[in-house]
Amino acid sequence: MGRLSVDLCGITLDNPVIPASGTFGYGYEYAELYDINQLGTFSFKGTTREPRFGNPTPRIAECTAGMINAVGLQNPGVEKVISEELPKLKQCFHKPVMANISGFSVEDYAYTCQKLDAQEQVGWLEVNVSCPNVHGGGMSFGTDPKAAAEVTAAVKKVAHKPVIVKLSPNVTDIVAIAKACEDAGADGISLINTMLGMRIDLRTRKPIIANKMGGFSGPAIFPVAVRMVYQVANAVKIPVVGMGGVSKAEDVVEMMLAGATAVEVGAANLVNPYVCSQIIRDLPEVMDHYRINTLQEIIGGVNHG
Amino acid sequence: MKQGKFKIIENTPLTDCVYQMTLQGDTSAITAPGQFVNIQLDGLFLRRPISVCDVNEDKLTIIYKVVGRGTEQLSQMTEGELDVLTGLGNGYNLTKAGDSPVLLGGGVGVPPMYLLCKSLLAMEKKVTVILGFNTKSEIFYEKEFRALGADVIVTTVDGSYGTQGFVTDALKTLSYSYFYTCGPEPMLKAVYKTSVTSGQMSFEKRMGCGFGACMGCSCKTLTGYKRICKEGPVMEKEEILWED
Repeated sequence: MGRLSVDLCGITLDNPVIPASGTFGYGYEYAELYDINQLGTFSFKGTTREPRFGNPTPRIAECTAGMINAVGLQNPGVEKVISEELPKLKQCFHKPVMANISGFSVEDYAYTCQKLDAQEQVGWLEVNVSCPNVHGGGMSFGTDPKAAAEVTAAVKKVAHKPVIVKLSPNVTDIVAIAKACEDAGADGISLINTMLGMRIDLRTRKPIIANKMGGFSGPAIFPVAVRMVYQVANAVKIPVVGMGGVSKAEDVVEMMLAGATAVEVGAANLVNPYVCSQIIRDLPEVMDHYRINTLQEIIGGVNHG
Repeated sequence: MKQGKFKIIENTPLTDCVYQMTLQGDTSAITAPGQFVNIQLDGLFLRRPISVCDVNEDKLTIIYKVVGRGTEQLSQMTEGELDVLTGLGNGYNLTKAGDSPVLLGGGVGVPPMYLLCKSLLAMEKKVTVILGFNTKSEIFYEKEFRALGADVIVTTVDGSYGTQGFVTDALKTLSYSYFYTCGPEPMLKAVYKTSVTSGQMSFEKRMGCGFGACMGCSCKTLTGYKRICKEGPVMEKEEILWED
């Protein structure tokens, strides 16, 4: 294993840097820009059982040090992802990919997970119980420990690959939900999904986003993410994938000290499409600066004094 | 698509709120008129997408209207470098123009018509350009289009200059082989209804990334879901689905 490599649920990543779902499509837009095989892996666009157009537009609002999105899980549906997107991805990405899955019922989650679990290219299933932009689905499973555990158990029953449950920060007790997922058999936890946010146009006095509210992401939420990763990593034994506002190599190190085994990068990709490549390039120098020998050894290494 | 540093060569007002900026850098990713660039500005999280007005070797010209914080900030810059993503969007397809295409630009929809006009004239087409504005003080680039050698008609809604009315009032009086247009959506709808030929129109939507990753600017068309920033901003008349 190299200096940057980490083990995520039994699969070695060359480095812990993972573009987050919804900011990296199915990979090939970015493959036009750089060799995406340098990534640890990436989490592809949230996939559902049926195709979805998503929410009306505008879906995007700018914020100080971040943005709100309310895309609403636009995706071609699991059948097309398997028949069209994954073959295209195979041409440009030769590592196991993280499949991100959303649903509207426990059966939906299990169905979509089973289909994607059977794909050779898929390394992990990232089960999103935390989408803030879809009514009656997504986040409702992630705000109740029982519902989150139910989805986790149903997915675990059909999956052979590691199941990472992606949690919402829009809850009062993140630890209770993480523990419920762990108890239900989750192999890992990823967090945080976006925070529910809203912007209003002063001129029209209307919400900027057609769906009124949306998911707030970007550097502004980084401290919240570090705090929640820290809380969850201290409460569970399974690996934690940290995300939320990460945009530079130092953020990756900080997230890992808080307890993350790997780190996802989301909104930053949308403003600097090369950001993940740059973070990977910068990591060795930042590690030298902070006298870090290997990244694996700093996971959860925050010094409590 | 390419990311590059562009040096600001000039930034001058054309009207009281429309500016022309010339930038110097690697323009090789720009392959068609109607494409756009996405500009990073200090202190603002999202980039600002702006259509390409002209490209000449390593020089890139953009024209933008000050409408918010980003464009306000851009209008204050007279020197320095900008981080720019270039070569975004599909751009206009020139092969369908026929012999005598008409180009309709409304307000800040005028700039992409310039490189398009230049390209079509280079293909020896007989090009008519209709430039639509609300009032005389808002007019820009009439002279520049005339200098290219196109037939130019200017319309103003209040009749303070040129033909009184909308671009579609001028369109009704012409015969043409094909149309290309860019402007506010009500104008695009009017062109859609008034035009008697096939054509292409460029759309605008609030974007996240500008290069197809975030799905922030999706729309429905008769040929499926499209991203304005990637499969657009230019659409064929035949595929457009007006949602209201």
